[in-house]
Amino acid sequence: MKKENWKELTIGTINLDAGNSVKNLTGTWRSGKKPEFIEGNCIHCFFCWLYCPHFAILVEGDKVKGINYDYCTGCGICSVECPPKEKAIVMVKEEIKLIERSAK
Amino acid sequence: MSTQKILNGNQTIAEAVRQIDPDVMAAYPITPSTAIVETIAKFKADGLISGEFVCPESEHSAMSVCIGAASAGGRVMTATASQGLALMWEMLYIAAGLRLPIIAAIANRSLSAPINIHGDHSDTMGARDSGWIQIYSEGCQEAYDNFLQAFRIAEHLDVRTPVLVGLDGFIISHSMEVITVEDDDEVKKFVGEYKPVYPLLDTSRKMTVGPIDFTDYYFEHKRNQIEGIENSPPVIEAVGKEFGQKFGREYGFFEEYRMDDAEICIVVMSSAAGTCKDAIDEMRSEGKRIGLVKPRVFRPFPHHKIADVLKKQKAVAVLDRSSSPGAFGAPLFTEIRSALYDYTERPKIVNYVYGLGGRDIKVEHFKEVALKLEKIADTGKVEEIYGYINLRE
Repeated sequence: MKKENWKELTIGTINLDAGNSVKNLTGTWRSGKKPEFIEGNCIHCFFCWLYCPHFAILVEGDKVKGINYDYCTGCGICSVECPPKEKAIVMVKEEIKLIERSAK
Repeated sequence: MSTQKILNGNQTIAEAVRQIDPDVMAAYPITPSTAIVETIAKFKADGLISGEFVCPESEHSAMSVCIGAASAGGRVMTATASQGLALMWEMLYIAAGLRLPIIAAIANRSLSAPINIHGDHSDTMGARDSGWIQIYSEGCQEAYDNFLQAFRIAEHLDVRTPVLVGLDGFIISHSMEVITVEDDDEVKKFVGEYKPVYPLLDTSRKMTVGPIDFTDYYFEHKRNQIEGIENSPPVIEAVGKEFGQKFGREYGFFEEYRMDDAEICIVVMSSAAGTCKDAIDEMRSEGKRIGLVKPRVFRPFPHHKIADVLKKQKAVAVLDRSSSPGAFGAPLFTEIRSALYDYTERPKIVNYVYGLGGRDIKVEHFKEVALKLEKIADTGKVEEIYGYINLRE
């Protein structure tokens, strides 16, 4: 992503590019654990979608489809909130590494 | 029609506020600026101003209210002094960083400890790197004139930077002076209508004010901020000139007093410059070739302009009403000495700290400084680069 020089910035730190946090890949913070989606256990209650602080739950229509790892920080809230006894989201080990990704 | 009124410094600021009638005034009372806040509150209660008057629980909150109101798109002002300005500290930097043209009247007062309510420049000098434009006043008339000009400077589209106007605590804030108060309509016309640039109340435009920056953007945003104050010198000059054309009192970055054929010179700001003028008049009548340079704008500092005036002097004494412990001289001195460095022709220069905690500086003290300057000019030697005036040694 090309970063503006100081002359190109709007004065007063004002950011007019509403919604530009999509460029901020919060998934690069994740380390240690990541959520894994088990479709067969999912009751499509959307609790994970509702609770996820980073809008990293992928949905299509009325179905939960998985996790967007570009934005998932691995906080585990989705797994905690998942209601079924056999959870549809479980936290699994992930190799610790800094994930290098270019912005969308 | 302008009118002559007998007002003290605080009242002149309040009078200017009444004439400008900003959208929001947020302030917490503190000596010696209390009467500014008190008078504005009275104007509001009497229906003489229509702007919102907010009295929060502290100066930190007062500046926070100013920042919020200015971000929303309002013309905003506050007044404080000393510990109040100190309590505003972190918010001062935010006001400047967000390029909000907030105006603050500061009745300059010393900082604790020990507790002291009297005038010196410790409060605003401490804020000198906060990014605010700083203008200092010699008397009540200048405080009024500077305050009116502050809005024009701060709100200029190339500048958009907060401005503080200093008036010495008690010596100006509480001293009566016959001043010319300009006509309400003429003042309104001069100050003009305020047009915010990115007001938050403009709901047609989505935006974020004050987002987080890490190593990738903070530096660029800071450089972008610095540009505002760097753009201000021509604006300050133009506004000072226009003020002169309209109201008959022209202002620049500094005032030169009897400098034409001067060989030695005293540099001093604010109220002490008035006393210094009397001292210089007396010494001139004794045939001494001495002059005064009175800086008015401290931020942005007019380095080259002031160095051009001082370079031909044999000896210069810079008098500071604040100290900068551990530094190579007090704030005004280090600026001026640094400004002269690039000139091959430059004077001997010394620094005296005076008037901390409101300690008097009198005509006799300026004469003592002149004697020292004469000795330095004669011998070409500086024995003591840094000293104190009217201090029990």
